[in-house]
Amino acid sequence: MSMPFYVAPEQVMKDRADYARKGISRGRSLVAAICVEGIVVCAENPSSTLRKVSEIYDRIAFAGVGKYNEFDQLRISGVRAADLKGYSFSREDVDARSLANQYAQILGQVFTHEMKPLEVEILVAEVGAEAAEDQLFHLLYDGTVIDETAFAVLGGDAETVAERVKAGLGDGPDLGTALRVAASALSGPDRTLVAADLEVALLDRAAARRCFRRLDDAEVSVALAVEPPALPGADAPVEDAAPDAPATDEPA
Amino acid sequence: MQIPTFSPGDDPGPDFAALLRRQGLVPAAPSGPVSAAGSITHGTTVVAIRYADGVVMAGDRRATSGNFISHRSIEKVFAADRWSGVAIAGAAGPAMEMVKLFQLQLEHYEKVEGGALSLEGKANQLSQMVRNHLPAAMQGLAVVPLFAGYDTRREAGRLFQYDVTGGRYEENDYATSGSGGLHAATVVKLGFAEGLDSGATIDLALKALVTAADEDSATGGPDPVRGIWPVVATIDAVGFTRVPDADLASAYARLVAGTEDSTGASVA
Repeated sequence: MSMPFYVAPEQVMKDRADYARKGISRGRSLVAAICVEGIVVCAENPSSTLRKVSEIYDRIAFAGVGKYNEFDQLRISGVRAADLKGYSFSREDVDARSLANQYAQILGQVFTHEMKPLEVEILVAEVGAEAAEDQLFHLLYDGTVIDETAFAVLGGDAETVAERVKAGLGDGPDLGTALRVAASALSGPDRTLVAADLEVALLDRAAARRCFRRLDDAEVSVALAVEPPALPGADAPVEDAAPDAPATDEPA
Repeated sequence: MQIPTFSPGDDPGPDFAALLRRQGLVPAAPSGPVSAAGSITHGTTVVAIRYADGVVMAGDRRATSGNFISHRSIEKVFAADRWSGVAIAGAAGPAMEMVKLFQLQLEHYEKVEGGALSLEGKANQLSQMVRNHLPAAMQGLAVVPLFAGYDTRREAGRLFQYDVTGGRYEENDYATSGSGGLHAATVVKLGFAEGLDSGATIDLALKALVTAADEDSATGGPDPVRGIWPVVATIDAVGFTRVPDADLASAYARLVAGTEDSTGASVA
């Protein structure tokens, strides 16, 4: 009988965390921001069929980065849990907090007990009647739950992107501003993202029941074109977006 | 409530009914005749008529238990999703449950798969639900729905009727169901013409329901005293839209005044 080598638990956890982080940082990032119209989620995603942002329930959306098959499985589980809960109790009893906790259980369980951790970061967002009631739950690969305010950045290079978003978002931005800030934060100063590179969805605060709505390329182009935030020479492009806020024409 | 997880081999996919079965949330069919447990609430007449831009669905508001009126303002016409509607006749309890499940099934499919079912697919789903309900129907809880919708691929309204065994029959022009359905069908048959506009079709549906209420004690007529009007909805390229009560009240007033035959051109 062979004896396995002793590996310190700290080392095991560190190795798993490094492995998960490495997988996540390979993918592209995603920004979610609370705005006047609701919660806008903007992901860099050249595919128009393999979605990173999706509907979970009436007022709840899901977004994931990392390994597609893993976060998509989590998304489907979330839809099932939400629909079952709404069926058993009532539609208003389905909430993001309980869903986020269940996701945290799964992620934590897999992280500690399975060979391979899930290489994903996910976001569970719920839009409220007012911006103050909006909820953004950011979940990490090990089950850590972060209750974000104002905005959330998922994926590799999150710190840098988050700094750019923070600098440009301002107080109570509208949809156009939030979208432009998100797009320029994702692209960074050296490149420009166009509508076709982005997957954008809105949890519409004003919608009667199903608040989740995808913004098509035309709508996104209109919003991005109001004022190109990444002007050559401007090393802090987000500053350009802020003064423009009142003049924004909201995409229909 | 725990997040349901499945191994890839036994994943229920986008099927909400299969998920419910897996979670043990499906009630057993009654083992004996339900009439023994007391009288059951029944809903009655519903109508669906195709017109130039889509389909009109309408249903009266009465529910009966035996010879009693158990509800005066029950609703029997529902949006199944944005592009389709379902109308029910039969035992009210199971019928409401079937509608709720059907709506959920369509939404669940759309969310899991990332796209809506075709209209044909939705009609087949409902057929399966009616067929699964057959054991309960045998015990006196029959549910006979109508399904209609706007086919976004064909760009036309389509309608389907069912029997208790889940048989699905696509109708060309109109369909009715429920105890007053026969009388309503006669009126629709005489008044139907190809390419009617929505106003004229709503008038025709109202007239059919009024006639059914005249002949069938289980069908309720419009009730101006209490302000209870049939549920009428149009389903066209815009989607499912319920006709406001005020429009129905004025259409009914025209019907009573006998001016409904003036081709309905001025109808709201």
